Amino acid sequence: MKRLPKILFVLIFFVSSLSANLYANEPVQKTEQNEELNVREFILEHISDSYSWHITKIGEHEISIPLPVIVYSNTTGWHVFMASAFHQSKVYEGLTIAEEGKYKGKIVEIDNKGSEVRPFDISITKNVFSLLFSSILLIVVILVVARSFKKNPMQSKSGFIGFMEMFIMNINYDVIKPCVGKDYKRYAPYLLTLFFFVFTNNVLGLIPIFPGGANVTGNIAITFVLAIITFLIVNISGSKEYWREILWPDVPFWLKAPIPLMPLIELVGVFTKPFALMIRLFANMLAGHSITLGLTCLVFVTVKMGPAMNTSMTVLSFLFNVFIGFVEILVAYIQAYIFTMLSAVFIGLARVEPHHKKEKFKI
Amino acid sequence: MLLLPESGLLFWMLLSFGAVVFILTKYGFPVIIKMVVSRKTYIDESLLIAKQAYIEMDKVKAAGEVIVDNARREQVKILNEATQTRDLLINDAKDKAILEGKKMIDEARRQIQLEKEDAISDIRRQVAELSVDIAEKVLRGKLEKKDEQMNMINRLLDEINISKS
Repeated sequence: MKRLPKILFVLIFFVSSLSANLYANEPVQKTEQNEELNVREFILEHISDSYSWHITKIGEHEISIPLPVIVYSNTTGWHVFMASAFHQSKVYEGLTIAEEGKYKGKIVEIDNKGSEVRPFDISITKNVFSLLFSSILLIVVILVVARSFKKNPMQSKSGFIGFMEMFIMNINYDVIKPCVGKDYKRYAPYLLTLFFFVFTNNVLGLIPIFPGGANVTGNIAITFVLAIITFLIVNISGSKEYWREILWPDVPFWLKAPIPLMPLIELVGVFTKPFALMIRLFANMLAGHSITLGLTCLVFVTVKMGPAMNTSMTVLSFLFNVFIGFVEILVAYIQAYIFTMLSAVFIGLARVEPHHKKEKFKI
Repeated sequence: MLLLPESGLLFWMLLSFGAVVFILTKYGFPVIIKMVVSRKTYIDESLLIAKQAYIEMDKVKAAGEVIVDNARREQVKILNEATQTRDLLINDAKDKAILEGKKMIDEARRQIQLEKEDAISDIRRQVAELSVDIAEKVLRGKLEKKDEQMNMINRLLDEINISKS
């Protein structure tokens, strides 16, 4: 078994150098410029959404899993079909995938004047599919654990259920309890759901084969919804003291009386907190995917620099990718952890009790 | 492009995350947390009970040891008493036996003495008879002749005279 990594390494080295040679021998002069341009496009295409799940390309044949398109147009009503319909004809039922412009890569409708109109689009895209998959996976896993607990409550759990118990209780006691403080039990189920939702999607994003690999938590829509829900919970559970500290903070009078300077700053703070949550998770996951793809692209970018350079760069790319893979596993956990912890902290801060300074002075 | 949330994805995200939150906050995490907490309290209670049971057991053990100790002491005492009683009995019996033996021996001795005396007197009598017989026979033998008889009578008379004078 000890020799396995060595063998794997040599094999990858061999295959990559072979493929590099093959590419090098091809007459690529003509497409060289295109390929150079493609790196950015390639990364952007992979981290953004798409209507079919592209798996690989064998020769000239694209292999992808078509996903359903669900579109409502103001003029023509509902359209439901598989995305594979676009393979046969570029325009299907008056709809097409825009190749340029504002709606690049999205389904658009071409109206009478020839301009592109974006219909209401709730297609099961790559991200949506991955999202649904991870949601179902999460529900199943947690319910299985819950059912095992319901069945044999006093039994000590082992294996996967024991691991999940440890994981859940760790987040519950070491993150949620100290951060929310008193009354944490009310918020624990939501915060746990938040943690495991983000964590599942992060980890699934790291798996490069079919159900994983989508950039779900690296999409702003996802983090936006998560941040909005946290924002709502924080502000709905805000205590009187919390609002008083925002609208009438303990600062010199002139800072809040004629011009409400401090209240304004505090009010901005209310919105920056969830905004930071949203951007942090989004940017981290996006960056992780981008780095992995960028390092992979190193192999193809260096093709024209000759076999020696290409081979060494391939090895380098492989090593860096392994390293980044480990880092990304860490990041997947840390980002879920931070999102949950900060949500818990914000909830805890919104439930402040009044400081009893003034009363003490009175006595 | 990347910073604009897509309406379709927003819709699906709200739907699926809403469903996940609804299901898991209702049937998932609260159940698990409740069970883990109840199991924890159960374990804590069991440990406490076990601890108490240990203490109780120690107490019982100590009490038992005291009882056993007492019993042992009692046993030793009883044994000692028994030994003493036995010795006493044996000694008594011995003394009695010796006494009885002495008595019997004395009796036997006296009996023997009596027998002996009887036998001796018997022998004496027989010896006397025998000697008388013998003397008779001797006298008869000697007094067969007349002169002899006369001599005898004379001598006897002499003797009587001598003794009278």
